Amino acid sequence: MLAEIGHLALILALCLAAVQAVVPLWGAAVNDARLMAVARPAAAAQFGFLLISFVALALCFVNNDFTVAYVAQNSNTALPVWYRISAVWGGHEGSLLLWVLMIAGWGLAVALASRTLPLEMLARVLGVMGLISLGFLAFTQFTSNPFERLLPFYPVNGRDLNPLLQDVGLIFHPPMLYMGYVGFSVAFAFVVAALLSGRLDSAWARWSRPWTTAAWCFLTLGISLGSFWAYYELGWGGWWFWDPVENASFMPWLAGTALMHSLAATEKRGVFRAWTVLLAISAFSLSILGTFLVRSGVLTSVHAFASDPERGLFILALLAVVTGSALLLLLFRAHTIRSTGRFELASRETFLLWNNLLLVGACAVVFVGTLFPLAVDILGFGKLSVGPPYFNTLFAPLTIILLAFLGVGPLLRWKRHDLKGLLRTLAPLAVLAMVAGFVLPYWFTGSVPLLVGLSVALSLWVGFTALYDIADKLRNKRNKLRGLAGLSRSYWGMTLGHLGLAVMVVGVAVTSYYSVERDVRMALNEPLDVGPYQFELLRLRDYQGPNYTSTQGIIRVSNPAEGFETLVRPAKRMYTVQQMPMTEVALMPSLIQEIYVAMGEPLDDGSWAVRVHYKPFVRWLWLGSLIMALGGFIAIMDPRYRTERVRRVVDARAGDADVAGA
Amino acid sequence: MRYPSLSLALLLLWLAGPALAAIEVYDFSDPALETRYYQLIEILRCPKCQNQNIKDSNAPLSADLRGRVHEMLEAGHSDSEIVEALVDRYGTFITYRPPLNALTLLLWFGPLLGVLLAGFLVARWIRHNQRQTPVEALTEAERQRLAVVLGNDEDLSR
Amino acid sequence: MSPGLKLSLLLGAPVVGFFVLLGFLAAGLGRDPSLLPSALLDRPLPGFQEPGLLDIDPVTPADLTGQVSLLNVWATWCPPCREEMPYLVALAESGVTIHGLAYKDDAGAVRQWLDHYGNPFRTLMNDADGSLGLDLGVYGAPETFLLDAEGVIRYRHVGIIDPRVWEEDFLPRIRALEEEPS
Repeated sequence: MLAEIGHLALILALCLAAVQAVVPLWGAAVNDARLMAVARPAAAAQFGFLLISFVALALCFVNNDFTVAYVAQNSNTALPVWYRISAVWGGHEGSLLLWVLMIAGWGLAVALASRTLPLEMLARVLGVMGLISLGFLAFTQFTSNPFERLLPFYPVNGRDLNPLLQDVGLIFHPPMLYMGYVGFSVAFAFVVAALLSGRLDSAWARWSRPWTTAAWCFLTLGISLGSFWAYYELGWGGWWFWDPVENASFMPWLAGTALMHSLAATEKRGVFRAWTVLLAISAFSLSILGTFLVRSGVLTSVHAFASDPERGLFILALLAVVTGSALLLLLFRAHTIRSTGRFELASRETFLLWNNLLLVGACAVVFVGTLFPLAVDILGFGKLSVGPPYFNTLFAPLTIILLAFLGVGPLLRWKRHDLKGLLRTLAPLAVLAMVAGFVLPYWFTGSVPLLVGLSVALSLWVGFTALYDIADKLRNKRNKLRGLAGLSRSYWGMTLGHLGLAVMVVGVAVTSYYSVERDVRMALNEPLDVGPYQFELLRLRDYQGPNYTSTQGIIRVSNPAEGFETLVRPAKRMYTVQQMPMTEVALMPSLIQEIYVAMGEPLDDGSWAVRVHYKPFVRWLWLGSLIMALGGFIAIMDPRYRTERVRRVVDARAGDADVAGA
Repeated sequence: MRYPSLSLALLLLWLAGPALAAIEVYDFSDPALETRYYQLIEILRCPKCQNQNIKDSNAPLSADLRGRVHEMLEAGHSDSEIVEALVDRYGTFITYRPPLNALTLLLWFGPLLGVLLAGFLVARWIRHNQRQTPVEALTEAERQRLAVVLGNDEDLSR
Repeated sequence: MSPGLKLSLLLGAPVVGFFVLLGFLAAGLGRDPSLLPSALLDRPLPGFQEPGLLDIDPVTPADLTGQVSLLNVWATWCPPCREEMPYLVALAESGVTIHGLAYKDDAGAVRQWLDHYGNPFRTLMNDADGSLGLDLGVYGAPETFLLDAEGVIRYRHVGIIDPRVWEEDFLPRIRALEEEPS
């Protein structure tokens, strides 16, 4: 019964999406307020029904209803209940249901939070989101229905969730990721609505900004979570493989970052309008492209859902319609886009352009690298593989240049700035950063590859100039603390975002070059050395989990020179239903010197093959991205995005805050 | 799928699950060889896995390939010789570093050259724009609105 | 040129690019990205000397020359090979020369298998450690190589051979090879 309720709710949501798509857009076209007013309730109702549908599916999982095919494929009675719930998005059909729930969720959020938006604009925005919803709901209903029954012959027990997914990472990573992907549809909807109305003014840019930043924050968290999860769960000690599915999430992120920055310029100065529109369309299109790559089987990936060319064709058609029509609309309305405002080569606008260029360039690297093998194969030139060596090589110079510019850009004024003078003032900081960047790693490790030195130096550069800028802003304040509090949230958000990036780059550089890895043979009570640490297998322990058996090794990790000692407990599990072995990694977490131990195979003489990693600074990676996401969230909270009531507080602060700043 | 039997065959050979690192212990006569070993098995691709290098794949074929790499390292071959030997047998698919040839010029140089070219064009456009764009004068109605706005809102730059 | 027209032209590029991308993606659907063509096409067999399972003498590439033949890489632990075996026996009986390579298999199991299914193989090698398979670029049993009379590899099929594969992929090539002046 539950599955039928869920299914019915899905179908009702589909109908409501159609209503939400057609009626308000028609109303906006003929300027009928009653029709336009349908948008909000339609969005709310669509969300309501999708929520019912989603909860119904979750309950089917919790109740172990194996007559539902999707539950039978992804669950098992031995599966702990929290994984049974997260298994809802563990497979293709359920994850699509999560996806459409989120589109509806963002639509509802837009409906609720846009009191000051003119009705015509709101109607168009929600109408476009309704169209997108309609497309994906149709896809779900007609090709990927999670509520299909297996009657009359259904299994007594399910096939269990893939053991790789039985981890807390699965509980949060896909939802965060989808929030980000789907969130870019809001920026897309705003752009299309603005193009339809023929009015691409600064107001459109201002409305779009918080939504774009919010989506970007979620995507940052989602990707970061995925990387962290891969690191501690998969047993290979890596955190990014440039796998097509990973790239599929990275491309919208890069485009979204560029979009965030471009929107700032378009809002404040009315420049780059057409470019921002193109970016807004691209960000969401890349999200759909990502969905296509993951689910169609066109590219090989460990992450891919069970691939189905038929489903792939549907998504491709969706992509064609969504992006194609937006691009054509842009083409037809191009003559109405007029960017106003002049600016010099030495100005904030120009540096934002460099930022965009580099980010889009990075996106192009990922794009070309991911799709080149496919193109080569189709054109008949054989099979090629493009992987980490390619991406890492090309990303290095882009990151270096980006960081160099990042040290200067945020300090510049709009329109015109005395760049030479600024560089003269900053020169000592640059020298200090360069020296420290090479000396510090050398002092601690005795060797500094050029790229590591440069990365650390430029990250320090970004940090120093950020601090300099804050000091500069507080220079004329008598009460420094009050001055700090007076800096806008927007400014803090920006600063944290940039600092987060710098922290992340340090993490990447240090861990990439200074990691040590060895596969060693560990016998009981035979200590051995890896890097500065000594490892000794003390004993092995067998035990039984809810749906697995496990052999756990208790290993003492010690550093005699520092008098340091701890125990780690890696384990090797065998998940009984799918007969799949898994390694449970043991971590000795640390900001500076992380140890990573994974059990391999038992060897013939009773000892075990164990993989030991020494991974310095690896946590800086995820810490950096957390700081970036935090920055984004703080920026959204800036009162400028609030309604009239808050304006007075803003005005009062305006007297203190720096006019040339954020 | 066009080759159901192929997928079945491959599925059966890809048995124990995607990303469980297979770990065997090799002895190396020289620690430098061990470092090179790890670097090599990271850039060599498992020919039948779902996008994994032979270091992280636990497929039997990957184990064989790792053994071959170890063998060739101990025999004194250089990194490029080892990669070439495997490319000779499995095609360019087996290395994650695409070769540099006429076909892959676009791949290796395209994006960065594109960025440089775009940067140059953008700089030129900015300078050109600066000289060209006239500042449009405000109409009387707009001037009045501006006065009202300025009177109520001091902060223009936010 | 008016700025509006310039902009339209500039924006036309991404539109065109987008539809080209769609074309490639559509063409990619239905292809198997994991299918690898053999790197050894039109090259002679690699040098080897493998223990034979049917007679005492080791097998060398010279033993596989003389006529157009198949080299079938298989194993007893590979279930699709079981499906394929009866058809191979039938092909052998109809006059096709098939050589076999037992890939990473146990000699005893191989002999039991042949006793049960019949033996379609003119020669049978035992590649116990998989090194010859590696030299041949084998990545998934069963695989079948088509050799010409000089022992040059002309085609490789990955997967089982059934009547359809034989008709569509092998027969045309075999006929073309047999018509070639040697």
